[in-house]
Amino acid sequence: MTIKRLGPEELLSLDKFAVDEGNPHILVDKAICATCTPKACLIVCPARCYRLKDSEVNFEYAGCLECGTCRVMCKDKGVTSWNYPRASFGVTFRCS
Amino acid sequence: MADDKFDAIVVGAGPAGSACAYTLAKEGRSVLLLERGNTAGSKNVSGGRLYTYALELLEEGMLQRAPLQRKIVREQIMLLNERGATTVDYFNPDFGGEVPQSYSVVRSSLDEWFAAEVEEKGGMVASGVVVDGLIEENGKIVGIRSGEEDMRADVVVAADGVNSLLGQKAGLFPEVNSHAVGVGVKETIELPDSLISARFALKDDEGAARVAIGCTDGISGGAFMYTNKGSISLGIVFNPEQAARQQRHIQDIFQDFKMHPAIQPLIEGGTSVEYGAHLVPEIGLNGIPKRLYRDGFVVVGDAAQLGINTGLIIRGMDLAIVSGIAAGRAILKSPVVAECGALYMQQLEELLLLANERAYKNFHQIFELSRIFGSYPLLANDAMKFLFTVDGKQPKPMLKGLLEVVKKHASFGQLAADGWKAYRSI
Repeated sequence: MTIKRLGPEELLSLDKFAVDEGNPHILVDKAICATCTPKACLIVCPARCYRLKDSEVNFEYAGCLECGTCRVMCKDKGVTSWNYPRASFGVTFRCS
Repeated sequence: MADDKFDAIVVGAGPAGSACAYTLAKEGRSVLLLERGNTAGSKNVSGGRLYTYALELLEEGMLQRAPLQRKIVREQIMLLNERGATTVDYFNPDFGGEVPQSYSVVRSSLDEWFAAEVEEKGGMVASGVVVDGLIEENGKIVGIRSGEEDMRADVVVAADGVNSLLGQKAGLFPEVNSHAVGVGVKETIELPDSLISARFALKDDEGAARVAIGCTDGISGGAFMYTNKGSISLGIVFNPEQAARQQRHIQDIFQDFKMHPAIQPLIEGGTSVEYGAHLVPEIGLNGIPKRLYRDGFVVVGDAAQLGINTGLIIRGMDLAIVSGIAAGRAILKSPVVAECGALYMQQLEELLLLANERAYKNFHQIFELSRIFGSYPLLANDAMKFLFTVDGKQPKPMLKGLLEVVKKHASFGQLAADGWKAYRSI
């Protein structure tokens, strides 16, 4: 094995996720995000769940690490609801 | 359980919750410890060092039973520039004397063990339970709601972590404060124990803890490295506000650090096995909410934003345990359990938790000095370069050469201002 620089997908592929299909635990209102200038989420979400696609903020909850960074950093309240995933869903850490 | 009502419901089986539940169960109180992960620890990430006095405060001998990693005998401070590093290595094989002062820990095993200890003492532990809300009657918290189910208790202990949704639901905390937290990312890298011991000059049960600055693109923050049994925890904590104001993603800055010529050889041959992230309470006493209780409700651990960070000492789990003990003792002592809040605050004083927080009250102001994370690590390395360079040419006079290095990175006015502010902060 060797140590190498890991990209966003490679980093998340190290973790175990149980995705609650069709039931996001964080709700994002793209219309509000469109009016937000800083868009801090793009830089500070450790899982890169927030990305720009066709100049729109796209949120993908499947790889969420449940850290709460978007919850504290979202200034314009594009994150309209922030909860933990339902029981048995989300990330499972085994060696952290 | 008479009427299915518990003496206490503790939400969150991290160190704070388990310490509280253990204190209560040990004295025969009926306690329900709820954990949202499938097992305790499965949702938790921390840098990875526990100051062990806290476990011994909970119960003598606990230290021997706990699944700890390596006893920290090397404290290392690293100042990085682009390719090089200046490292201070403080080795003390006797650190802490009889009770070793700190161990590296892995939360999945530590928290699972801790919850099992609660069960052993007669506490009820239920994993895979997400608490959705609180039950309030006559201005008093009387239980929790999970899905369709209501569970009642004389007191609800919120040990639900740094994002404490329960504390917010109870109305104790106003909005979340992005200036009070750091965002931490961490990679766990498996590496044979023999290699870890050799690379850090350790015996097999000994460990090293390292903090590093100069690796955050100038953002207030720093990296950490802890040696575990068979793995290394490597990560960076950033000030999220400053991180957001620049262009590079924090993941990229972190990966740069991992591949830095002074870091990469330490983990070479290892296997990346996990990537996690977590918020860290960063501003100590000033970040603790004004009220940590109301009738039928107390807040402990990360949820109460208990943390101490001096740059060298980073504490969270020990404070969590102490606060859990404080809440447990308050509940035991309180004539009316629901009104244990004032006693809880008294216990936080008695156990010196608040005295510790006060001692470092203004330390976080040091982290407002941006040059600590940019110019000063560069200055240190340039100074080293000057001191160690031999090229056969006419050497510069020592003092003149060093002054030139200093001037390149900071004016004397800036040095004086930073020095004054640092002096005022500590």
